[in-house]
Amino acid sequence: MQDTVIESKAPTAKAVQAERTKKTTKTESNAMNAKRSPTEIAESITETVGKPLAQNAKLAMRDVNVYYDQKQAVFDVNLDIAENQVVALIGPSGCGKSTFLRCLNRMNDTIDICRVAGSIQLDGMDIYDSKLDVVPLRARVGMVFQKPNPFPKSIYDNVAYGPRIHGLVNRRADLDEVVESSLRKAGLWEEVKDRLESPGTGLSGGQQQRLCIARTIAVSPEVILMDEPCSALDPIATAKIEELIAELSQNFTIAIVTHSMQQAARVSHRTAYFHLGRLVEVNETEKVFTNPDHELTEAYITGRFG
Amino acid sequence: MENLHIDQHISRQFNTDLEHLREHLLEMGGLVEEQVADAVRAIESADSELAEKVLRTEDEIDRREVALDEECTLVLARRQPAASDLRLVLMVTKANRDLERMGDEADKIAHMAIALNDAGGATSPRGFVELRHIGNSVQALVHQSLDAFARFDVQTAIEVVKGDKQVDRDYGSAMRELATYMMEDPRSITRVMNIIWALRSLERIGDHARNIAEHVIYLVHGMDVRHTSVGEIEAQLEERE
Repeated sequence: MQDTVIESKAPTAKAVQAERTKKTTKTESNAMNAKRSPTEIAESITETVGKPLAQNAKLAMRDVNVYYDQKQAVFDVNLDIAENQVVALIGPSGCGKSTFLRCLNRMNDTIDICRVAGSIQLDGMDIYDSKLDVVPLRARVGMVFQKPNPFPKSIYDNVAYGPRIHGLVNRRADLDEVVESSLRKAGLWEEVKDRLESPGTGLSGGQQQRLCIARTIAVSPEVILMDEPCSALDPIATAKIEELIAELSQNFTIAIVTHSMQQAARVSHRTAYFHLGRLVEVNETEKVFTNPDHELTEAYITGRFG
Repeated sequence: MENLHIDQHISRQFNTDLEHLREHLLEMGGLVEEQVADAVRAIESADSELAEKVLRTEDEIDRREVALDEECTLVLARRQPAASDLRLVLMVTKANRDLERMGDEADKIAHMAIALNDAGGATSPRGFVELRHIGNSVQALVHQSLDAFARFDVQTAIEVVKGDKQVDRDYGSAMRELATYMMEDPRSITRVMNIIWALRSLERIGDHARNIAEHVIYLVHGMDVRHTSVGEIEAQLEERE
């Protein structure tokens, strides 16, 4: 008896649903015709939506344009990264986010055909000033790369390298202290304290990446740039690095490029979305991942185009 | 009408998953609509058999609620949806619950229909006018709230919020009217109380329709408009333009 009741109901419910959907599809297809392609939308962008600027900016970028020879890779980017804040740079491959990140400590200087125009200021100082020495700059603005790249030296020497060449410490005891505190901050100390003299390359991938982070923070940088620091790591190592980012953000300013949207959502305070070299949107991370302002941001984080 | 492009993901399976959530919620909505209509008709036409049918179908609604929640959980676990997709999944879980509660209220109305019939059928029509009037308005609200969801239509959603306010007012005056009846004729108290319970359920169904409409506004604009007056909602929407 009960079965027959349900059967007699279900088609009615289906019919109601079909009726409603019919109306929807019609209007939807009209809207689709008017839709422009993501490329068209991106190329017409002249201004970033959201809040690209911030109070107490550690790094302030204005009208940044980057060219590789004739090809322009970054277009008129204006962005502030506030002190002790984590900013995530996201966007599809080739959108200019890594290029942009590498401008922040002049890593692009190593590429001959790369030209950077506009102004990038660290605490109000122009980092592209021709008189500026890039070595101390890179001590203030450190970088962690996609693949862990420890030096072929001992764990100890990997971390001690920076403080030594920058002449930050002289006494062995001081150096020991810097190495220990850096390894502790990077969450690696407990795992390596008994084998500091063994080669850094003998560590696991996740440990090597944390070693590279320890090496970066050993020179007490003010800003840490991370270019997909977890792309080669397993979820456990990734979780440890993310935990570390949260801790580091209390003392450092961090910009992180990531292809994992979930990672950006987890670790960052603000998120910047790049598309075809344009900075499309910058907003509080919670806003970007629940209710972004720009349709391209929405399309990207919800996996709507390739 | 807004467009959420739920059929535009790179992963076609994801499109299908979200489309299923939507379909299943609308199917459940259709079923609940019919439950409410049947329950009200069971009182109006003193039809105990129809009321029994409502009671039996209630199980089917409960079953669908559980199944749809399970589907939402799986989408969250598998896809970690963001932005409008996330809002859609959250909205579906909430609207699912509202629909199930509407089903419960329809169930209560059906019980009242049976109680009224057992007490002697439609001998006294007192309260029937109010019941019919509020019953019609509430059914229209439920229908509209589901339409608003099916078309992601904020304007219709706002109409529902306004309509629910009107139902609340009608409910208030029906209460005063029926209280007068009971004072005039204490023998009618049992009967009228049954009508009052049914009206109370209808009023609650209206509230749930309003909830669904508010979820639709959240889905489309990402604005949480719960516990907000119609005027404030409209002001917030205008601010967005």
